Amino acid sequence: MNGFTRVGASPDAAFTVDVDGTPVPVVPGQTLAAALWAAGITAWRTTRGQGRPRGAFCGIGSCYDCLVVVNGVAGVRACLVRPEAGDVVRTHE
Amino acid sequence: MSETADAAYDVVVVGAGPGGFAGAVAAADAGLAVAVLDAGSAPGGQFWRQPAAALRARRPGALHHGWRTYAAWRGRFDAHVASGAVAYFAEHHVWAAERIAEGGFAVHALAGVARSSGRTVTAATLLLATGAYERQLPFPGWTLPGVVTAGGAQAQLKDSLVVPGRRVVVAGTGPLLLTVAASLVSAGAEVPAVVEAADPLRYARHPGALVRNPGKLVEGAGYAATLARYRVPVHTRHAVVEAHGDRWVEAVTVAKTDRAGRLLPGRSRTIACDALAVGYGLDAQLELAVELGCETRREPDGGWVLAVDDEQRTSVAGVWAAGESTGIGGAQLALIEGELAGASLAAAHRRRTVRGAGRQSPAAALAAGGHAGRGMPGVAAEGRASPATAATARARGTSVAPSLLLRRRSRLRAFAAALQDVHPVPGGWTDRLRDDTEVCRCEEVPLGAIRDAVTELGATEPRSAKLLTRAGMGWCQGRMCGTAVPCVVAELTGGAAPSAASPPSRPLACPVPLGILAGTGDGPAPRPT
Repeated sequence: MNGFTRVGASPDAAFTVDVDGTPVPVVPGQTLAAALWAAGITAWRTTRGQGRPRGAFCGIGSCYDCLVVVNGVAGVRACLVRPEAGDVVRTHE
Repeated sequence: MSETADAAYDVVVVGAGPGGFAGAVAAADAGLAVAVLDAGSAPGGQFWRQPAAALRARRPGALHHGWRTYAAWRGRFDAHVASGAVAYFAEHHVWAAERIAEGGFAVHALAGVARSSGRTVTAATLLLATGAYERQLPFPGWTLPGVVTAGGAQAQLKDSLVVPGRRVVVAGTGPLLLTVAASLVSAGAEVPAVVEAADPLRYARHPGALVRNPGKLVEGAGYAATLARYRVPVHTRHAVVEAHGDRWVEAVTVAKTDRAGRLLPGRSRTIACDALAVGYGLDAQLELAVELGCETRREPDGGWVLAVDDEQRTSVAGVWAAGESTGIGGAQLALIEGELAGASLAAAHRRRTVRGAGRQSPAAALAAGGHAGRGMPGVAAEGRASPATAATARARGTSVAPSLLLRRRSRLRAFAAALQDVHPVPGGWTDRLRDDTEVCRCEEVPLGAIRDAVTELGATEPRSAKLLTRAGMGWCQGRMCGTAVPCVVAELTGGAAPSAASPPSRPLACPVPLGILAGTGDGPAPRPT
């Protein structure tokens, strides 16, 4: 049993999104943070001061820890954005 | 960056969680023109956050409580959207709401997570249903990847059907922990333990509140049964000591505490995990209301919320509020408050129509008159029904007589107060901080820096500490560290730091690109050429 089977989800096939050159599978409708978690990735940014790894923390768009650059637009919260096929994601400084 | 301005509505609702969408439906039922600005992708807020259509979930309610209730309300909301009575703007993040010269309010929002354009909506009245976010307390290792908030783990599960790890420890305090753990195991994650700081025996101090809310007891028993079925131990009076790991969390040490929250020697255990979901209750999201001057009050657990009357009116004429922002109490209570607010808004607008054209503009007359006296006949006093209430209510288009709603609100509020007494912000957590433990995540401000601000630089209260260290000045604007920093400063100053008189002022409720800020003038901005 997993989240998908629990709700009886039957989405179209996953597409991949380029995250700093690594292809990450995204199921249509998922948030980028969830897709990264599913791929075993829990950090995709380093902090400005100490260079420490950060990923999604609050999961609801309040903490701004999960910021990424999507298609050239900075300051996008990965826990809210739903990627589309072909999106290019770069991690923030 | 473009900016669109909309013609005036009768009411703008900020937030489409249970408080917001119930208010919108009740107002639209009564014939008001409603605009809803919602940060979410679909109505439901955090509680009923659900998979996007593209995931084609056949049983979207499987990870939810009360789905049938939601589905009924959603049907009514969608019908109003289809008929044009409600204009629903999804993925709109409101950054400011201001009174405008012509009377009424202008609400400014960013459209989309990429924040590429703005929208300003004006209306005679405002219903704020901005919800809450999770309260956090720092501990060594809390910034490790894989440490997430309990509510956030559940939000991403409800939304995108993914859990944050294979072995997730759930920790902190509050009723949310049980439902998060139950959701996680039902979605296939292993939950080695639920670590709850509170002492459940404290529930025995609230027999009245429990007896008045049998539904809540049944709900709680349901979560307990799920956890028992999956053999998830719940360790009560246990605190998080430290999260361990090099590049991500690999284990967490927890320990039993005494009644004051101090660790008991020899009672700690280290639990292997690849994720830690942590939370300490909810804090209301009040930025917009505070800027409008709405009066606030403190809840039993110290959190700030908006002060409202029986009709959900704030202290500012023309501004109503419903849901967690008026008192943390869950989705059921939020629905009731939304319905009360919608009915009150309808009555206020009817008075404006009856009064007819006057020297004041309709919007100004409404905004001023909406707060004069009681709005709804039949609302004699909480709990006392008036004879014509039901008939009046039906004539006015409310689903349930107001006095019935008030009785339900009263018992749910009693239950919420009981929960806050059982699950206060635990004592002793500051003992676990080390000098290099970040207290402010955004600005990476460690305890040592705050201590220096107090002992070396003379900061005597949280605001000076903030200005000297930048704690609370990062992207999240103090949401994650807003409870911790005053506590830490109070401890460092020997408890001399006075409690803040009101919540902090945040003129921008969320980060706004300069171009959009520049394009938003006084009142609604015309479309730029």
